[in-house]
Formats: sequence, C-alpha cells, structure tokens
Amino acid sequence: MSKFAFGAILAATTALAPLTAAAQTEIQFWHAFTGRLAELLDEQVAGFNAGQSDYKVTATPKGNYSEALNAGIAAFRAGEQPQILQVFEVGTASMMAAKGAIKPVYEVMAESGLPFDPNAYLSAVTGYYTTAEGQMLSLPYNSSTQVLYVNRDALEGAGIDPDTDLSTWQNVDTVLGQLKEAGHACPYTTSWQSWVHLESFSAYHNVPFATQANGFGGLDTELVFNGPLQVQHISKLGEWAQDGKFIYAGRRNEAGANFRAGNCALFTESSAGYAGVKAEAQFDFQIRPLPYWDGVEGAPQNTIIGGASLWVLAGHEPEEYKATAAFLNYLSSPEVQAQWHQNTGYLPITSAAAEVTRAAGFYEANPGTDIAVIQMTSKEPTENSKGLRLGSFDQIRAIIDEELEAVWSGDKDAQAALDTAVERGNQLLRRFEQANR
Amino acid sequence: MEKRVTFKGWLLPLCLIAPQVLISAVFFFYPAGQAVWQSLFIPDPFGLSSQFVGLGNFEYLLGDPYYRASFVTTAVFSTLVTLASMIPALFLAVMADRLVKSAGTYRTLLIWPYAVAPAIAGVLWMFMFNTRVGVVSWYLGQLGYDWNHVLNGTEAMGLVVAASAWGRISYNFLFFFAALQAVPRSIIEAAAIDGARFWRRFFTIVLPLLSPTTFFLLVVNIVYAFFETFGVIHTITAGGPQQSTTILVYKVFSDGFVSQDLGSSAAQSVILLVVVGLLTVLQFKYIEKRVHY
Amino acid sequence: MAREITGMVERRGAGLWLTHLCMIAGVLVIFFPIWLAFVASTVTQPEIVRPPMPLWPGDQLIENYTAALFSGVNVPVLTMLGNSLVMAVGIAVGKIIISLTSAFAIVYFRFPGRNMFFWLIFLTLMLPVEVRIVPTYEVIAGFGMLNSYQGLIFPLVASATATFLFRQFFLTIPDELAEAARVDGASPMQFFRDILLPMSRTNIAALFVILFIYGWNQYLWPLLITTDPSMNTIVMGIRQMFPSGDDVADWPVIMATSILAMIPPVVVVISMQKLFIRGLVDSEK
Repeated sequence: MSKFAFGAILAATTALAPLTAAAQTEIQFWHAFTGRLAELLDEQVAGFNAGQSDYKVTATPKGNYSEALNAGIAAFRAGEQPQILQVFEVGTASMMAAKGAIKPVYEVMAESGLPFDPNAYLSAVTGYYTTAEGQMLSLPYNSSTQVLYVNRDALEGAGIDPDTDLSTWQNVDTVLGQLKEAGHACPYTTSWQSWVHLESFSAYHNVPFATQANGFGGLDTELVFNGPLQVQHISKLGEWAQDGKFIYAGRRNEAGANFRAGNCALFTESSAGYAGVKAEAQFDFQIRPLPYWDGVEGAPQNTIIGGASLWVLAGHEPEEYKATAAFLNYLSSPEVQAQWHQNTGYLPITSAAAEVTRAAGFYEANPGTDIAVIQMTSKEPTENSKGLRLGSFDQIRAIIDEELEAVWSGDKDAQAALDTAVERGNQLLRRFEQANR
Repeated sequence: MEKRVTFKGWLLPLCLIAPQVLISAVFFFYPAGQAVWQSLFIPDPFGLSSQFVGLGNFEYLLGDPYYRASFVTTAVFSTLVTLASMIPALFLAVMADRLVKSAGTYRTLLIWPYAVAPAIAGVLWMFMFNTRVGVVSWYLGQLGYDWNHVLNGTEAMGLVVAASAWGRISYNFLFFFAALQAVPRSIIEAAAIDGARFWRRFFTIVLPLLSPTTFFLLVVNIVYAFFETFGVIHTITAGGPQQSTTILVYKVFSDGFVSQDLGSSAAQSVILLVVVGLLTVLQFKYIEKRVHY
Repeated sequence: MAREITGMVERRGAGLWLTHLCMIAGVLVIFFPIWLAFVASTVTQPEIVRPPMPLWPGDQLIENYTAALFSGVNVPVLTMLGNSLVMAVGIAVGKIIISLTSAFAIVYFRFPGRNMFFWLIFLTLMLPVEVRIVPTYEVIAGFGMLNSYQGLIFPLVASATATFLFRQFFLTIPDELAEAARVDGASPMQFFRDILLPMSRTNIAALFVILFIYGWNQYLWPLLITTDPSMNTIVMGIRQMFPSGDDVADWPVIMATSILAMIPPVVVVISMQKLFIRGLVDSEK
C-alpha cells in the first residue's frame, strides 16, 4: 500500500472514530431492512466486529428497497457512497449495467486474497447474480422462493383429506372445486402474482420468460411470456377468479394477512413468509412445493428466487475492499448462513449451510422449511430457470400487475392481456438498452 | 391583485425578498433544473453515462395511450381530493366558530389527522381497508357489502381520495378557522341567526369575506392533490387496479424514484409542471377576480 | 379577553345542540382512524390479526408503549425526539420569517421583477422532493452539510405556501392603515412591526402549527442525508419498526410508536390555542 493511501485511511478513520484504534478499517453497509430482520442483521454485523479487530462494519438502515437504492445512488454521485449496498433483485440489471459504479464481488474476493470458492455456493441461488460466464457480481443476501401454504383445517372442514396430493395444478384445480362446493369463501389466494405466476412459473416449466436466456445473454432481450403455456395458466387462474375460487388480494403480499387470519385454504407465497405464518396462524398449516402442470416436458424444473443481494460500490481504498471481502466471507460462512436461514426462512447461499441446518435437526423440528431448498436445488438450472436480468424490471412488473388485474376482473382474456404486457414491456426494454448502449 | 397604497423604494423590498429567493435558487432551482435537464436524455442513474435523445422522452410518453389516460385519472382525483378536503373543513370551521367555549377540544381532536406522518397515514388506511381482514372491510362484509378495492377501480379511487383528503381536512380546517376569527365580530353577530337563515347569511356575507383564504386553499389543495399524494397511493393501491389510480405524479415517482428511469421521469415532471403551472395561472387570472380583498 | 369571548355568538337551546351534534359527528368520522390506531396500540397482536379487531382499548397499553419506547431503535428515543424538535422548529420559524418578509415586499412595494419573483417562489410548490432528490443531495454534500441540522433544515425552508398565505392576508388589510402609517411618517419596517405582525397573529399561529407538523413528519430527506444515528428523527425511528422483506408487522408496537410521535405536534396545537382566539385584531378595527 502506498504511503499516501495509508495516510488517507489513517486520517479518515481517526476523523470518523477518534476513539477506535487507528489500525481499524471502517466500512459502511447500507441496507433496507427494518424491524426484526434489521435486528438479525445487526447481530450478524456485531458478530463480525467482535470476531476480529482489524475491521469494523457499520450497518445503517436506509428505509425500504427503493429508498436505500436512491440513497446509494445519491451518495455515489456526491462521492459519499458506502462500501456495501443492499439492492432488491429487480434492480440487478441496473446495477450490473452501471459498470463504473460497482465492483463485482468476484473481483473484490480475488483481490483480497481470501479463499473464495464459487462452487461452494448454491448455483440456483447465486445464479441470479452471476454473469453468463459464472462470475459472481453481487452476494445474495436474502433470497427466497415460492411455495404453497396449506391450511389443513380448511381442507378438513370441507371434507377433503388434508394430505391430498397438491403437487400439480391439476390436483389443485380439483381441490379448489371441492372447497368451493363446500362453500369456502377463499379457496386460493396468492401474493406477488407476477413473481409466482409468470416469472417463476416460466422457470419451473422450463419455458423462457424473455429471449437471450432471460436477459443474461444481452440487453437486446425481448419478453416472451405470452407463450401458450403461460397463457393457459393465466386463463385458468382467470377462470378461478371468476368462479370465486381464486381471491385476489393485492399486488404485494396483502394476501398474507388473509391466509394468516385463517380465511384462505391455499396460498402461494415466498418461503420467507414462514415465520409470519408460524407466529400468527391459529390453525394447522403445512408447506408444500409449488404446484406445476403435469404433462409439461421438463416440469418441475426449479423455481427462481426473489429478495436482495449485496453490491460492492466502486471508488474506495484497497484496504476497505479487503475489509469488505472479509465481511462477505464471514456472511458466507456455514454457521452464519445456517443461523440466518433458520431465523428468517431465507434460503442458505451455500450447500454447507444447508447441511449444517439439516444436521442440527432444524428441518425435522420445522417440517416444510427444507422444501424451498429442495425445490431450488433438485435440478441444475437451465437457461430458462437461472433467473431474470431485465432492465426497468420494476416498471415491467407494474405493467404485468395491471394486465393480470384485467384478467382477474374479467375485462380481458389471458392471451390479450399477456400480449399487451409483452408489447408494453418490450418498449421499456428498448429504452433501457438505449440508456446502456 | 394590487394594493393602492404602497411604500417607495426598491432596495428594501429586494433585501426582504432575497433570503427566500436565495434559498429557493440554491436548494430548489439549481437541483430542479438539473433534474429537468435530464428530460432530454436517457441517463444512467449513477451519472456515468447519458444518451441525448432530444424530445424523445416526450414523444415516447405522449405516444403512450396509458400515459394519456392518466391525465383523466389525475383530473378526477384532484377534483375529488380538493372538494373532499375543503367542504367538510369549511363546515366544521363554521361550527367550531359558533362554539367558542368548547371549540378548543374539537380543534385539538380535528388537528390529529394532520399530525399523522404521510408515511404512516397510508399504512393506517391500508390497515383499515385491507381486503376482507381490514377492520372496515370486515364490518362492511358483515353488512353484506364486499369491499374489494384491489379489483374495483371505483372503490380504489374512493379509498385513495379519502386517505389523501383526510389529513388535509385538518389543514384546511385550521386556516378556515383562523380566517373566521379575523372576520369582524359585528358581521358574524349579524349573521348569527339559527337555521336556514344562518346559512343564507353565511353565503352572502361571511363567505365572501373568506374568499382570500378560500382562494389560497383552493390553489394549495390542487397543488397538493397533484404533487404530494403519491406516497399514499403507493402504499394503498400502487396505482391499481389496472390503471385506475395511476395519477401523473405517481408515475413520476414510480418510474423515477423506484425504477430509476430518470429520463422519462424528468420528462413527466416537465409535462406536469406545464399543466399545473397553466392551471395556476388560470386560477390567478380568472378565479382571483372574484376574490374580495 | 375572557369577557369579550362570552356574549359572542354562542347559540342557545336547540341550535346549540345541533351545532354540537354536527361537530361530534364530524369529529367521530375524522378521528376514527386515530382511534383505531390507539385501540391497536392497547391490544395484543393475535387480537388484531384475527378479524374483526376490537374497537375498544384492551389491557396491553403499558406493555406496548414500553416496547415502543425501549426496543427496536439504535438511538434513544429522546435523541430522536430532540432532533425532530430542532428540525421542526427550525423549519417552521425559518419559513415564517422569510415568508413574512417576502410577502411584505411583494404586497407593499413596487420594484423591478416583483411579479417574476412571486411566480418563481410559487414554482417551488411544483416538483416533489423525490424527483429532485439526487441533485439536491449533491448540493448539500457540496456544502458539507450531510449529517447536520443545516442540511436537514435549509432545503425545506423555502416555502411558497406561507408566502402565498401572507400575501392573501396582507391584501385584505385595509389600505387606510398603510396610508395612516405613511402620513405619520412611519418607516415601512415600523409599519411591518407595529401593524402587520400583530394583525397576522392568527395566521402565524395557524402556519406555525402546520409547518411544525410538516417539519416533524419529514421522512425521506432526513433518511437520505443522515448516516450518523445520533441525527435520526422520530419518524425514521418509527419506520424502523415497520416490517421489511417478508416479515409480518408487529402492529401494537407500531401503532404505539405512531401515537407517541403524534403527541408533540398535538401539544403544539394546544399551546397555540390562545393565539387563535379573536382578540386584538377586532378592537383595532
């Protein structure tokens, strides 16, 4: 390290924290967690700070995902950016395109000289955040996938065997019919409709959501989720909505309140919703794998993740990147990962963490919590199931939400709605391509 | 409006107005100008690169039928919010003015909604109206009414209007009340007759005296409905169902702040600025003529 | 003053009761969401999440408020309350002062650019903070005002609303007063201090309440420009208790904190009450 850089760090650290030892390198971690998750995150950070004396991580909450992203961007433009920023998965393409603003994780790890084995990570989880060549750009932090929650009491109340097979949408269809017949007011509901019923649905049935390997292959990607399989699925949901078998409760996870209150029998939601259901449900519930359409070739493939990852921002000193690498390394360690996985329901990012969890008997004590892991890892991801890398993705999701609502209310048929969504979404993709040419 | 009697000199007034103009210039016009300048580009959010597109962003927006449709939604929404926040406020202020002794208690209770941070107000309304499990939707359900703002556009509009106007009633109430307090007592006393005649006199005598305040509130409430309601919409409906509550500024917010499409968002801000600017000039030109100073 | 109030337009008999009835009905509707938040802050989580939630307070008041005051925040609540107070008072006082003087200049003088300045000030209403947040942040960072009270206050001080309100009010003040002041040889500033300010009392009080609450409730701006926890405001603290990711909300504690955060603004309203009552203004007319 040059004398100058050392002096700068010395000056910076002493100015910021005059009481800490001058040799300690301090790094900033801006995140979008609040409530219980923020407390768990703080525990992780405290564990890192207590475990060694060279580096100190300061975690700062910066509101929700979009507020934290804006805080990071504003700070970067003013030269005040943190070393680590938590960004939601829909921001992945924007972050990746901002080449001068980020420092890819694989680079940070390589320069630090710390041991870093990309194969230790679960490719189904990290794949979302790696390049087509397999280089890790950001570290998955909180990832979850879709599972089916079953209110067993509701099934029993309708005279249905609560252990009935719900692994396929065909079987779900039958059960919904029976529930409706028995007068159940809310046989099925879902959260995050685009994520569950189009994004992950496509991956799970091994059909493309967008061309160019769902955007991994280049910015000239085009949406193709108006294929026959997706249309068939959305039309079925539309039918259920018309028949009162599918009750739509909102674009985000509003439906969760309905399920937890015991109003709904079946519910597709993030695997990370487990803790909430466990805390609030006053009925016998169970987690099942996400259903698939029987007869579709290759189904079930694997579902895809959602959540957020940690990006390392550019423009800092080598010593600070070393500290960052040490922290990311600590976060990836089996014990920390296993703890996080068990406490939050988020997926572990390494297979070692899943093993530790299994060995500790966690999955037996909390049946169903391993379903998400199994669902993600039973098959090697394909081009269609690795993840999605689309610019302006949040706007595209809003468009999908709008068009799906038209189907649920009966204003449009599935084909027309998905065609429109594809067409409108493609315009946004072309704009994004232009911005990042 | 012009005063007939004025003071002489130009240095003193310039000094008086300077602090506000300076602060506005540094903390508003300079940054806002930068944001608006981006309407001619498709920029990358980190400020690393930028594609000049001329009026491309405007062409893209105005060619989008969904964007054009949100003008109508915005007009409906703003009108409803303005009316729903001003009429009850005026009524309550008049009532409070008549009850001098106990007005303090009512006033305190009525101002609470304004004390709720906008960041929390949306959550509170969501809490009450969440499909089936929210307390109000649950009781409506018991009465046989299936409240479903997630698929019923009219209900969604009603809900975001109510949530946006709610805190604003307190705001308007306070200014109407302050204005009523400034009306000479003799005039109020002359109007102080019970029943229908009270209201007739109120409309012919008191209301004209309130017109400067009413005009002020009309302008600021319209501006509020246009520019400051997106947070509530974001929390409650996120613009849905379909596009029924996507007002112009909500799209500015969600495209720019959430999705980082800064070029489009800046172009939308310019369009919005022109629309509301024109509206305000028209109000000053035509409505202010009817204001009695 | 008390004597002046009695014998005013207080109604008697049926009229009085009708007025009270209208008032109570209005208050019931408008206060209902707050009442619900209060009820939610006094019961347990299971009572809230299983519909219907109760409409009458429960017995968990002390537990929930204790939890709200002592958990889930990284700085003491008092520090956050203090920061919010400084920010709110700073913004309210700053805005009132610069708006009073600029409205005075616009209404009572003829000077070059007067109209342009008025419209420029007015324009500041028309671009939400979210749209210009990144460039504004750069300005503040350039002045080295991150993590400071100046940085929290200055960008929010320019207010077209207050200037507009005072303009409206000054225009209603009879010209004879200014005429008389001029004849008496009073300087413009003497007229401003001795006549305009006392007459604007009710409006200043109303504005102070509104602007104090406006400052108190700021969330996004303080969130962005402060990284030092000792500069956090109370609204930031409340949002820290909201659930994130796929977590569920701990409603009783959230509602308890929200209610606590409303108390200071309400105290301000109550303490401003006296200024609202018709007094000097009339006797001078």
